[in-house]
Amino acid sequence: MAQNKIGKQTLHFPSTPIITSWASVVGPMEGKGPLGEKYDLVLTDTLAGEKTWEKAEQKMMQFSIELALEKRNLLPKDLDFYLAGDLLNQITCANFTARFLNTPFLGLYGACSTFAEGLCMAGVLLEGGVAEKVGVSASSHHDTAEKQFRTPTELGDQRPMTAQWTVTGSASIIIEKTGTGIILTHATIGKIIDLGNSNAQDLGSAMAPAAFDTLKTHFEDLGRNENDYDLIVTGDLGLLGHGILKELLKEKGISPDRFNDCGIMVYSPEQDTHCGGSGCGCSGVVLTAHLIERLLSGYYHRILFIGTGALLSPLTSLQGETIPCIAHAVVLESRGE
Amino acid sequence: MIAQNVLLNEQEMTKWLNELQKEHQKVLFWEAQAKGEERKKFAGLRQEIERQQQRIARPQQIDYQSTAIKLVPPQTVIKNVIMAFLVGGSICLIGQIIYNLFTQSGLGLKDAAAATSSFLVFLGALFTALGYYDELGKVAGAGSIVPITGFANSIVSSALEFKREGYIYGVGARLFTVAGPILVYGTMVSILVGLVYYFVR
Amino acid sequence: MMLLKAFILGGLICVIGQLLMDLTPFNITPAHILVGYVTTGAVLSGLGLYQPLVDWGGAGATVPLSGFGHSLAQGAIEGVKSKGLLGALGGGLQATSIGVAVAIVFGLFFATFARPKG
Repeated sequence: MAQNKIGKQTLHFPSTPIITSWASVVGPMEGKGPLGEKYDLVLTDTLAGEKTWEKAEQKMMQFSIELALEKRNLLPKDLDFYLAGDLLNQITCANFTARFLNTPFLGLYGACSTFAEGLCMAGVLLEGGVAEKVGVSASSHHDTAEKQFRTPTELGDQRPMTAQWTVTGSASIIIEKTGTGIILTHATIGKIIDLGNSNAQDLGSAMAPAAFDTLKTHFEDLGRNENDYDLIVTGDLGLLGHGILKELLKEKGISPDRFNDCGIMVYSPEQDTHCGGSGCGCSGVVLTAHLIERLLSGYYHRILFIGTGALLSPLTSLQGETIPCIAHAVVLESRGE
Repeated sequence: MIAQNVLLNEQEMTKWLNELQKEHQKVLFWEAQAKGEERKKFAGLRQEIERQQQRIARPQQIDYQSTAIKLVPPQTVIKNVIMAFLVGGSICLIGQIIYNLFTQSGLGLKDAAAATSSFLVFLGALFTALGYYDELGKVAGAGSIVPITGFANSIVSSALEFKREGYIYGVGARLFTVAGPILVYGTMVSILVGLVYYFVR
Repeated sequence: MMLLKAFILGGLICVIGQLLMDLTPFNITPAHILVGYVTTGAVLSGLGLYQPLVDWGGAGATVPLSGFGHSLAQGAIEGVKSKGLLGALGGGLQATSIGVAVAIVFGLFFATFARPKG
């Protein structure tokens, strides 16, 4: 068994990499949501002064990492590596942001679990002694996602009640070998779970089993249970997916009291998103704008952050394929001194 | 700050870019905290810095492009032109033969023309479905693209490719991926011609 | 004789396309060229300059896509002659309606019964 691997899928980071800086950039709709005041930058419109939504999303990701760097008084050249991903074909947004930063770059694709995936990989790089400062970003944009995955944004179709609204937002963190902030202690890498859902307008149902599987494995690997955490938060299962997860937990005798979901936290019911938010940016902005602060203040001491992703493509739905999903979990703790 | 389009050496370029990046981050930070007019002011400053960042990178890009372009293998224009002439001419020749056959069999001139186009569309679609039209296109270039058989080829090949995505979003939608613009702009110009004719007459 | 003229005219019209493809930057694609042919054919037709080509070279002028543009434009003109202003709108598509319908029919037929070979 490898030195820092515990059980089947969990990694241990004994050197406790530290998240020293973070930033979130969101669109106007998210700015009007429950966490509106907490984001670093709220854009006035979804084009952000650019000609295309894709360029706007790239600017958002770029701004989020720049703000994180600025808060730590660093420049892009100070990062050893940059990990980033988004929802667009060929992870366009991440590639062009990496071009701007001119930093050694590893592109990631985990759909909406990308941010958690980035945290896992950053932990590996730091624990592996090959880096001292790593930047991680993930982003999504409602309009670029609709254009690519679904239908034209001006098309007058009705969204089903199971649908989630892709968050227009980008989050970045800087994670270092030393410093002050939140520590990353463990990560559980997920397996792909596909229980036969094929409705691309209901990703919550498809992803809940993946979240559950990773959670179970995490508990088994570390010998922990739900009471070891102040909060267990999933990335974007949404109202329906979260409800399903709670059923799965009940069947296993796990109490759902400490569970929540970023997709539910990012929008208010008045914003009529049906099942809540989704997208790479969703879990990222909620973590950076809200949950990290809660850890810093001691409100939470230890949380389990489970990014959830639906790994379909625009073509696979049309070809009648089911939706494979994945969930990655990271344990974040306040330093507690 | 810098306006000249001078090719800087690696060291100088890095130095300038780092300076600009420091400023960019600071201005962005202030912009994020500001509201209303003040925010617009910072946004303008930030965009100016971005322009300067691009200006610095540009000479290096131009220099590289001019080096790389010298190594690009030349297009075999003469050979392409000859093949386009031969294949394009042949397809038109076949069209003429078919037209003659239709008129000889008693069809009026206009109907024979429509029948000829239809038959050529059929041939183009058939050879696309059989997998031969792309082989022809490789050697013939414009000779197989420009005739109406090429129009049929673009329709069928697109629909074939996306058949696996179903009949609505796959075949149905893709039939007109290339043919669509042709119809859109062709119709548009014909309407303009009609309007001009109406008013000039 | 007409056969030879059709061959030559058709070939020349295709050569123009080939030169455009080879001598213009990479972002001028065949689709751009085809749109150019249709619209040029329609404009020349409207100016009365395409019919002479048809008279001389027959299929050499009607088979290339510029011939389709010619049909569209002539159809619009016929439409104006018979129906006035509304004819300008419908005339082009009306004249080429058989061609479009045939494209749809054979397109759907072959797409249904064949598969791409790569």
